[in-house]
Amino acid sequence: MNINLTLIGQSITFAIFVWFCYAYVWPPLVNALAERKKQISEGLAAAERGQHEQELAEKKAAEHLKEAKGQASEIIVQAQKRASEIVDEAKDDARSEAERIKVGAEAEIKQEINRAREHLRQQVAVLAIAGAEKILKKEVNAEAHAQTLNALAEQL
Amino acid sequence: MSGDTQQTAAEYIKHHLQNMTYGKFPDGHWGLAHDAAEAKAMGFMAIHVDTMFWSIFLGALFLFLFKKVANTATAGVPGGMQNFVEMIVEFVDSSVKGTFSGRNPYVAPMALTIFVWVFLINFMDLMPVDWLPGVAGWIGHNLFGMDPHHVYFKVVPSTDPNATFGMALAVFMLTLYYSFKQKGMIGFVGELTLHPFSSDNKVLQLVFIPINFVLEFVALLAKPLSLSLRLYGNMFAGEMIFILIALMYGGGWLVGAFGGFLQLGWAIFHILIITLQAYIFMTLTIVYMDLAYQTNEDH
Repeated sequence: MNINLTLIGQSITFAIFVWFCYAYVWPPLVNALAERKKQISEGLAAAERGQHEQELAEKKAAEHLKEAKGQASEIIVQAQKRASEIVDEAKDDARSEAERIKVGAEAEIKQEINRAREHLRQQVAVLAIAGAEKILKKEVNAEAHAQTLNALAEQL
Repeated sequence: MSGDTQQTAAEYIKHHLQNMTYGKFPDGHWGLAHDAAEAKAMGFMAIHVDTMFWSIFLGALFLFLFKKVANTATAGVPGGMQNFVEMIVEFVDSSVKGTFSGRNPYVAPMALTIFVWVFLINFMDLMPVDWLPGVAGWIGHNLFGMDPHHVYFKVVPSTDPNATFGMALAVFMLTLYYSFKQKGMIGFVGELTLHPFSSDNKVLQLVFIPINFVLEFVALLAKPLSLSLRLYGNMFAGEMIFILIALMYGGGWLVGAFGGFLQLGWAIFHILIITLQAYIFMTLTIVYMDLAYQTNEDH
């Protein structure tokens, strides 16, 4: 229990230990702790940000979906409209085609009539001449009257 | 009594309370004291080898372990040892941040050193009281040819007032240094003389100054004294009880078994005391450092 040099020795030892702790032990430990604290808070912030972004993305996706649905129904409406237009057009086309065919047929019929009439005319002339020949067998000069009859046939 | 039948109980206790003292004999040569009277005759020019050895050994152990962890400390997932060290560092750091309002990079490392070092020193108290002194006596007898009865070995440095006063003195010097640095000569003297009594009347103030000085000076000196005596007193009393319990082992089977039971109970209770004393020493150091930084005190 005597007070002696141990007192001073202990003070010096204490000072050296404190200095060593201050210089070599404390800073790396505290730095590691601070660094981890920072990393954790950054991680938490990132997680929160991620969650927020996910919410935004979900909202955006829902919007996109809604828009797509709207567009789809619009497209369907347009397609229906277009389809009915096409049907109308086809109807018009068919009608005009039918008209054209009718006109063509009528023209052909007319032509056929003309041809038949021409044919008849010639036959009438031949028949008339043959008839006249039979009637006027002897008195009539076929050549002399043929002209007259032809002129007559012309008037038909 | 560890098989020593020649010793009386009083001798046993005295033997346990005597430090291994290396010093200057009155005739001028240096050497180990053979008994308490010789150690006393050495006066101030002596050193307690056991106290210095154990305090340096334990301090070095603390610094070695913590340095090892500090070398590999990463911000990643900490391992077992790093976790433990970080827990202590965090605890000390929050204590310092909660109490110390100034700016001083030394305070937190000092608090950590005090806490762990004092804890380890106190922890030696939990060692059975005859083990290490027995080993020291054996070594002294067989290697150095000494009488084992003259090999004194106290393993708990904090039961040596030199150790606790030494630490408290270092803390006291630091608080004085920072007090001067923060407040200046005038501020420091003013703190000692202008509180707690002050008056606007110049004459009355002159009367108050010596009264204030006596009060404040005593309060100033009381700080390191109470800091060291608190630790020393607690640990010395604890050690004393362990020694008294150890005496019971010489009293036959029944008393010995009861002694063993008591030792266990006291050791378990002592775990609380050694931790608490280390914590108190650390906290008071922080508080004293904080007081050194208080520039505009209002008493």
